[in-house]
Amino acid sequence: MDRFAPYVFLRGLASRWDVLAFIVVIGLIAFLGETSRGLFAPLAQLEVTPLSLDPIHLPEYAARTTFRMLAGLVLSLLFTLTYATWAAKSERAGKLLVPILDILQSVPILGFISITVVFFMSLAPGRVLGAEFAAIFAIFTSQAWNMAFSFYQSLRTIPIELNEAAESFRLSPWMRFWQLEVPFAMPALIWNMMMSMSGGWFFVVASESISVGHTTVALPGVGSYIALAIAQKNLVAIGWAIGTMLIVILLYDQLLFRPLVAWVDRFRVEQEPGVRVPDSWALAMMRRSRLIQAATVAFHAAVLWTSRAVKRTDKPTVDTATAPKRSLDLLWVSLVVAAVVLGLWHIVLVLIKNTPLREALQVCGLATLTMLRVFILIALASVVWVPIGVWVGMRPRAAQIVQPIAQFMAAFPANLLFPIAVYGIVAWKLNPDIYLSPLMILGTQWYILFNVIAGASAIPAEMRYVAANFRVTGWLWWRRVALPAILPFYVTGAITASGGSWNAAIVAELATWGNTQVQARGLGSYIAEATTAGDFHRIVLGIGTMSLFVVVINRLFWRPLYYYAERKYRLT
Amino acid sequence: MNTSPLLQCNDVRKAFPKPDGAELLVLEGMNLELREGQIVGLLGRSGSGKSTLLRLIAGLAEPTAGHLRYLGQPICGPAPGIAMVFQSFALFPWLTVFENVALGLEAQRMPRADIRKRSLAAIDLIGLDGFESAYPRELSGGMRQRVGFARALVVHPNILLMDEPFSALDVLTAETLRTDFLDLWGEGRMPIKGVILVTHNIEEAVLMCDRILVFGSNPGRILSEIKVSLPQPRNRLEPNFRELVERIYVEMTARPQGGASARQERFPGLGIGSQLPQVSSNLLAGLMETVAAAPFNGTADLPKIASDLQMEIDELFPVAETLQMLRFAELEGGDLKLTEEGLAFAHAALDERKRIFSRHLLTYVPLAAHIRRVLDERASHSARKSRFIDELEDFMSEEAADQTLRAVLRWARYAEAFAYDDENAMFSLENPT
Repeated sequence: MDRFAPYVFLRGLASRWDVLAFIVVIGLIAFLGETSRGLFAPLAQLEVTPLSLDPIHLPEYAARTTFRMLAGLVLSLLFTLTYATWAAKSERAGKLLVPILDILQSVPILGFISITVVFFMSLAPGRVLGAEFAAIFAIFTSQAWNMAFSFYQSLRTIPIELNEAAESFRLSPWMRFWQLEVPFAMPALIWNMMMSMSGGWFFVVASESISVGHTTVALPGVGSYIALAIAQKNLVAIGWAIGTMLIVILLYDQLLFRPLVAWVDRFRVEQEPGVRVPDSWALAMMRRSRLIQAATVAFHAAVLWTSRAVKRTDKPTVDTATAPKRSLDLLWVSLVVAAVVLGLWHIVLVLIKNTPLREALQVCGLATLTMLRVFILIALASVVWVPIGVWVGMRPRAAQIVQPIAQFMAAFPANLLFPIAVYGIVAWKLNPDIYLSPLMILGTQWYILFNVIAGASAIPAEMRYVAANFRVTGWLWWRRVALPAILPFYVTGAITASGGSWNAAIVAELATWGNTQVQARGLGSYIAEATTAGDFHRIVLGIGTMSLFVVVINRLFWRPLYYYAERKYRLT
Repeated sequence: MNTSPLLQCNDVRKAFPKPDGAELLVLEGMNLELREGQIVGLLGRSGSGKSTLLRLIAGLAEPTAGHLRYLGQPICGPAPGIAMVFQSFALFPWLTVFENVALGLEAQRMPRADIRKRSLAAIDLIGLDGFESAYPRELSGGMRQRVGFARALVVHPNILLMDEPFSALDVLTAETLRTDFLDLWGEGRMPIKGVILVTHNIEEAVLMCDRILVFGSNPGRILSEIKVSLPQPRNRLEPNFRELVERIYVEMTARPQGGASARQERFPGLGIGSQLPQVSSNLLAGLMETVAAAPFNGTADLPKIASDLQMEIDELFPVAETLQMLRFAELEGGDLKLTEEGLAFAHAALDERKRIFSRHLLTYVPLAAHIRRVLDERASHSARKSRFIDELEDFMSEEAADQTLRAVLRWARYAEAFAYDDENAMFSLENPT
């Protein structure tokens, strides 16, 4: 069973590249924010067909949301195949591209939306198309990074002999890409696509019902439906939305992901027999269908045809001179320097100039609050899910039942629980600083569960027999057998959960139900508020601070922990 | 018949740059010629550079100095007339047998109909009929390697390179494949003109090759060239065959000319900076016991003991040479002869064994002595691992330094000479409680 690991760490990357990458990414965001401010005024509110809470519209909304998700997935795939390939193939580019990807996945998804929506809407002024672009881009940002990372990682780990075989049979780079690299990366990529899909659903409300300053867009879809239901305090509609989501996610799973997982199973390089082959009725049906068969044959033919069409360049017989290489190096360095200088300039322009020290300190304080919340929640979730995960993981039948449920729960948008949270907090006069927090980990705790289940099911049967044979039970069993065996898996899950919780903070720290608004103090609510107010300086400041916190925590805490667990507790 | 050689290597040298700017020499003074109708074997242990040479010929790597010529043309990049069979098969798991075989022709953009015809012919030739639509994972190891052969033959190469093609297979399967290959070769049914076979199996080399180049290590170079003029099919039990195998063993354990002792040859420089092989104390003890006991009684013929213990040379030689380094045995003329201490060790009980081993380790392995001295001198009786790694890296690559330290630690732990705590990466004199 695969681990769900979107946060792939790379050892031995110089930290100065991280700093450069950070400057470039935040600089770009600052630049976009700044430009958005200029574009901001002339845009009038979009005329969109008014939404209705009548469930009769839900199939249409669901179809539209599904389409957006698919479009986002296709875009993410294109991004993955290009960006990650570039990063893996060019040593020079990889040095910067990989840290940039790392920073990008720490930037909160909602941050991308607030910064880019105005830009996208200016592409098609006054029309829904621009808003659709913005929504699809938002979904893209919730899906692309971990897919790109997984692809990059795969490209770097292709077995040497397969590479040598491809080279010695003189496959052109294009042919090699489609015949070797893509198939090899496919299994990991599919798992990451599934995870990305959950991420997309979690933020479905935010990406469809966009509200930045005076720009308010509600695209017809399940997300906007939920937003409207929340605004109108319609519990019945919330129920309908949950039902619809359940059906759509189930269909996605059965019609897209399960067939894909079953199909890519033969792409695996490890060739040991006896491993249970995933099955899918949909795949079996598709295989029998003439139409699908014709399509796959056509695709295969296309791959071969393009392989023929793309010109093959044989290796030059003369050794490549060092001179052009050096000038390329120079060009690259100057490009990086230019990007960094521009980034710095925008950061100074947007952030430092407009931010009084008091505000900066305040934001750091808020970030610390959110950090505290994330750590405590991860700890609490671990206490709950580790024992359950181990129990489930040791029982294959139970794991088969729990897996899909957890997968659905991971896709469950926090907004759907707003009514309960707001009701409860208002009715019992609870402290929102504490009682809103669980929403943050609502969607992300499942990654701990997934990974612990995977870890527990990977404990070798012989190890369990030994434990039983020597009557190792109770706390000793946990301390000496179960916990060490699952630790590497658990850490991976906790890292995912932590990153996701930061992301979710923006949704979770500010809950609304009708006119009632409950707010927890933290960086998430700060960004959410700034977004509603359309205050771009504060948005960029908030996003930048959050990225910084996430990256630093990853580097100083999670990464060392990950390597420690991998080195000491990985069962090979 | 064309008399110009298929392949020529002149003074080929290959070195890899080390992080500190120096270079690691893996191959030196390579001269090799392959003529039509020949099978040339490159025989040596792992680390002798034979696989590196094969990759240079395949155009997968470039030499640091020297020339490689295929049909008189310099080799730069994989040449169309050279195909390779890999040790681990290197099949694409997502392609069927047919697609795997057709891959090389697809890369050449041959017309579809020709690809089909030639692929099916290759599949037929190599005995894979009926398996065309199977995926590699459905096949046994032997069948997978047949696909590897078909894939290489289908491009009609002049030269077939084989990188230990049978070493990942079980004994019976390997023998069947060898025989099938030799039959096809002898009948001239394969579209190839010459073969280079990399192997560490002496009998395999004698069974298949017309010429055998014996490789030495550190750096990799050709020790000697042996012609095999036995008629095919060869019989492993024939006296001439046995004689040749024996002779190669002698060659491989010979002291080099120039008066340098065999010990220095195996472990160059034998200072603190010599690389040490990963050999467990169990293997050392086991080999000493076997040689001390009947029928060897202290002196064992290497081919005999290799076949008795089912060990190939790259398994047996490191153990034998480690015994030699520790002065527990002498290695000469294809024989392994235990020293007095070696015999004493073999007959001793555990505690006595540990004492003998410890004495020899600290006397004859300078690195062990060095670590022990550092630990003795320090008041804390402990030292960081990185300290020794740094010292070793003056002589070898980072990876080799780590392996060498691991090797010496293994022996030291057995000898109870010093201890190591992996958690803090610390060497110390005392074992943790």
